[in-house]
Amino acid sequence: MKTPLYQMHVKLNGNIVDFAGFELPVDYGSILEEHKCVRERVGLFDVSHMGELTVKGKDAESALNAIVTNDIRGMYDGQVRYSLLPNEKGGAVDDILIYHKNAEDFLIVVNASNTAKDAKWFETHLPSGDYKFENISDKVAQIAIQGPMGEAVLKKIIADEFIPKKYYSFIDNVDFGGINSLVSRTGYTGEDGFEIYVKNADAETAYEMMLNAGKEFNIMPCGLGARDTLRLEAAMPLYGHELGEDIPVAEVGLDFAIKLGKENFVGKEAILNCKKEYVRVGAFALKGIVREHSDVYVGDEKVGTVTSGTFAPTLKKAVCMLRIKADAVDKNLEADVRGRRVALFVTPLPFYKRAK
Amino acid sequence: MRYLYTKTHEYICIGSGKTVQVGISDYAQKQLGDIVYVNLPEMGQTFSKGEVFAAVESVKAASDILGPCDGIITKVNLELDGRPELLNEDPKKNWICEAEIRGSIPTDLMSEEKYLKYIATL
Repeated sequence: MKTPLYQMHVKLNGNIVDFAGFELPVDYGSILEEHKCVRERVGLFDVSHMGELTVKGKDAESALNAIVTNDIRGMYDGQVRYSLLPNEKGGAVDDILIYHKNAEDFLIVVNASNTAKDAKWFETHLPSGDYKFENISDKVAQIAIQGPMGEAVLKKIIADEFIPKKYYSFIDNVDFGGINSLVSRTGYTGEDGFEIYVKNADAETAYEMMLNAGKEFNIMPCGLGARDTLRLEAAMPLYGHELGEDIPVAEVGLDFAIKLGKENFVGKEAILNCKKEYVRVGAFALKGIVREHSDVYVGDEKVGTVTSGTFAPTLKKAVCMLRIKADAVDKNLEADVRGRRVALFVTPLPFYKRAK
Repeated sequence: MRYLYTKTHEYICIGSGKTVQVGISDYAQKQLGDIVYVNLPEMGQTFSKGEVFAAVESVKAASDILGPCDGIITKVNLELDGRPELLNEDPKKNWICEAEIRGSIPTDLMSEEKYLKYIATL
């Protein structure tokens, strides 16, 4: 599948790869430069592959609250909240962002690779009531503008009052240089930034507007490669890596998004009963890049696996996230890197945190 | 100086005498993208044709370096330890190691001209 920005990526010399069935650029020349550009200035990402679902109606809030781990009651209009979408075993169907337009109108943003699965899950697991569920993914394009100068770029395109002030808040029906859009102060880079939702037909215009407005800040188009190194430095979990159907959400260190105090929801029992045998930890390595799927050992005993790993461009060293047995955390850990043992040094997450 | 290449994109640079320099081709560094780590071989280590003796890693992937011939390593380019990006900047100037060839130069190595034709087909 192609996003509405495909031709733009070709024009910008993007190196196109297949990602979750979408043809998207892994980079436009250099992952390292794109990464640096987002940390220091501003970068532009096509994230139109992400899925968008809506739940609208009188019972939308209670229905949605019955299938997510976070508590969505009491959110203000224009607030965004991260949540897990748990299965009955306490694993994750997906991790999602919930946009509260009002108590009867929610937008849910999901991972590209899970859109079809999630839509089906919503249809079969939302309790019956007075609401309407819709998968609008095919109609919506999403562009992320990330980095400390993102706000300055947006101010050249939209009026000040349409720029969401708080992180994890959004404004709907924003006049984006003549285009109707939803602007949210969110992102997947560990940097300040925004995500702009527009109709497919408006995607190219919106993208070009930001590219042009960003010129004076040396904005760069950024690909999936930098998106991954940026999120990994910020220790943000990625579905299929840190999260999955068979990985208990209680073991991933996302308790801030799991509200066990609220009434029954899908998977609550399993989450409560989770033995928490495994934990998610961060580590760095000094001799080579430790990548996902590598096994982790204490001596001869396999204690877990590497769920994500890369070279962290800001820290200039190899970092990885591990899923290992809880009692192995303070032992001498080693990863098997293509037949070679590489020492791992556990370090607190996130690896990178922006200065406020 | 004469450069000979393997199909797996290593080169040997032949000067006078038995010592050669071993590195990766410009095509290889471009394919890898930003190189961020070089798993260097050790001095005195021997290598055999077609067998892994070092590796280069970019943000995207790890790539083995295979012996272009049989040899023994006499010098390692330790500068690559702290500055792996030198391989992106100039892979010919920044060879990975110097080695003494054991036996004769394999006949399947390609001249620069032949190698350029070969990569044009990839």
